[in-house]
Amino acid sequence: MTTNKEEYTITVYTENQIGLINRIAILFSRRKINIESLNTSPTEVEGIHRFTIVINETEEVVRKLCRQLEKQVDILKAYFNTNEEIIWQEMALYKVSTDEIAEKVKVERLLREYGARAVVIRKDYTVFETTGQREETDRLIAVLEPLGLIEFVRSARIAIIKDSSGFHEKLKEFELAAPGEELVENEYLDKQDQVFSM
Amino acid sequence: MSHLTTTPSKPKAAKAAAKPKPAPRELSGSAAVLEAFLEEGVETIFGYPGGAIMPIYDALYDYRDRLNHILVRHEQGAIHAAQGYARTSGRTGTVFATSGPGATNLVTGLADAMIDSTPVVCITGQVFAHLLGTDAFQETDVINITTPVTKWNYQVTDATEIPSVLAKAFYIAGSGRPGPVLIDITKNAQLQKFNYEGYTRCQHIRSYRPKPIVRKEYIDKAAELINEAERPFIIFGQGIILGKAENEFRAFVEKSGIPAAWTILGLSALPTSHPLNVGMLGMHGNYGPNVLTNDCDVLIAVGMRFDDRVTGRLDKYAKQAKVIHLDIDPAEIDKNVKATVPVWGDCKETLPLLTAKIQKKTHPQWLKRFADLYQQEFDAVIKDELNPASGELTMGEVMNELNALTGGNAVIVTDVGQHQMVACRYAIFNQSNSNITSGGLGTMGFGLPAAIGAKFGAPDRTVVAIIGDGGFQMTLQELGTIMQFDVDVKILILNNRFLGMVRQWQQLFHDKRYSFVDITSPDFVKLANAYYIQSSSITDRAELKQALKTMLDHKGSYLLEVFTGKENNVFPMVPQGCSVSEIRLK
Repeated sequence: MTTNKEEYTITVYTENQIGLINRIAILFSRRKINIESLNTSPTEVEGIHRFTIVINETEEVVRKLCRQLEKQVDILKAYFNTNEEIIWQEMALYKVSTDEIAEKVKVERLLREYGARAVVIRKDYTVFETTGQREETDRLIAVLEPLGLIEFVRSARIAIIKDSSGFHEKLKEFELAAPGEELVENEYLDKQDQVFSM
Repeated sequence: MSHLTTTPSKPKAAKAAAKPKPAPRELSGSAAVLEAFLEEGVETIFGYPGGAIMPIYDALYDYRDRLNHILVRHEQGAIHAAQGYARTSGRTGTVFATSGPGATNLVTGLADAMIDSTPVVCITGQVFAHLLGTDAFQETDVINITTPVTKWNYQVTDATEIPSVLAKAFYIAGSGRPGPVLIDITKNAQLQKFNYEGYTRCQHIRSYRPKPIVRKEYIDKAAELINEAERPFIIFGQGIILGKAENEFRAFVEKSGIPAAWTILGLSALPTSHPLNVGMLGMHGNYGPNVLTNDCDVLIAVGMRFDDRVTGRLDKYAKQAKVIHLDIDPAEIDKNVKATVPVWGDCKETLPLLTAKIQKKTHPQWLKRFADLYQQEFDAVIKDELNPASGELTMGEVMNELNALTGGNAVIVTDVGQHQMVACRYAIFNQSNSNITSGGLGTMGFGLPAAIGAKFGAPDRTVVAIIGDGGFQMTLQELGTIMQFDVDVKILILNNRFLGMVRQWQQLFHDKRYSFVDITSPDFVKLANAYYIQSSSITDRAELKQALKTMLDHKGSYLLEVFTGKENNVFPMVPQGCSVSEIRLK
């Protein structure tokens, strides 16, 4: 088990319940773990919500944290993944002065090179948007800053787990496993992580 | 005392499907709360009224013949009483409190119930829904305050939700690893009339699995390790009591022939006198169990969570042993001690599976090592503690005399501190659900109110509350509850005129700098008399036996104060930051 801190993306499947975000957040704050990014979203399954949380921690801490998350009554499942195991994106918006930008830059080159999109073009200001990973959205800041970047905002990370087959199947599996049923065979000690444990 | 003579009935069998649906009728939210309590088999509620819960109390007036409400003197008393009730009865305790201060006064008890896995359902009143967030009179954000100390909580603002939410509350509190649940009900929802369509007990929540799936692979692997072990050692906790698995556990212990030691909350799950019961674990536990934890080859942990007071220094804890951990809560596996084999599941189910697969064995040599270490502990500590030749009375000898008189059949409720450690070390238990103490949170002031609840949970048993002079003064207002409801609890104050445990640490680790531990007390006898409770106080050894006998024989509540040695220490002791095998005998 590695003891180095690494960026982990935690994906939490939950019921849609008021106050649940607090119940989740205090699990982190109680352990003095900073949440780098937090996103909530609906999922492919109606009524089930998905929290995507990014933290910098060791694998052991993240594993224990996920067990504590799953212990909460309104949480169905928590997965944790390294960056290699997920497809992830963030979105950023940049507001710049239209005069500045029209005068000093070839806008079409900007759009092409940085994969940016102009969301709004007005006489006084223009808003660009990029989607990508951190270094991609950062690159455009570097270009726009000398041109008087008026406002910048970046969204939380959203992520898709590469080897996930969606939550529909998991939910069915989960529903089938009514409490007090018979033993499950063919699960192996060395595959504890893969066992759908709830 | 008619309310004490009825035996608690078993909760009604959950046969929701078979029950015909009653015709809808109009009911207030408040009445729906009380209907839910009846359906859940609640008999006794501990509570305190106030503005925001008045509609529920108004409805309660019409349910007085079916629901027994005990008016406490402080909401903390209500929840500790509900905890005591839950712990002796094995059922869910219930609490009513009002909004604001009423609700915040529950927080200590919720935290205590959370860490000690006690099933409690608390109903708090809340201001009208339209006033939420306006800093209305007696409004506090109870849901957010109590989130970290509840297994689940929920705010009801519409009466139609009440039956299903309460069904969920009782299901969550009592199933799986039990815990406290708080339901906050706004006043408008309590008053609101709605079409009540009957009550259905909850048996399933999509996002909640009370028990993990039992895995055969792990059972096989665990059995294999046990069968190969030469020096196996069982450590067990409250999971056995909560899982009502005492018989299954005993069968497992007896077939395997493995010595077993209890945690403070596992106390009474196995009779003290059982030949394979080798005593208590932890900071003030017995010598053998602590030392030999670091010598066993297979450590079998059943329904316990490796608290730091049990493990001492974690990186020197049982490193040589393969660990088998049986627990219902998957989050406990690998939390503190890495398990070689995790046996997830309810121990009532997993223990018989394991028992079936292990060989019948005895371990005479290994047991002898426990016996030898016990002898060392007896000579160095126990002998003088239980039978001191001279000097001031010791807490141990009080326990020794008490054991002789109760025969180990009493419910022992303790507060927190030196008296708690001594009581847990020396009390004799013949049956389960007999040791009520605040283990995880260490809540001073727990003892007296918990004893009240314990008596309601086990009305036919003798309940002795052993409390220190410090802890008693934290919740002594509950003497009023004892007076008003004729609660037959025996209060045994062990008065050493110090906050003894802190003083012991200051003596041992802070150069005897006794910083604010010399607590003075009122005349407890006069105090009890003011509440019309019979009482006496003794200092002499010669009076001890008779005084205890008088207390136990007295019909009704009784307070006995025993002055014990001012600067006696509790030993053995695993000092903080030390390994369990570095346990000190003096």
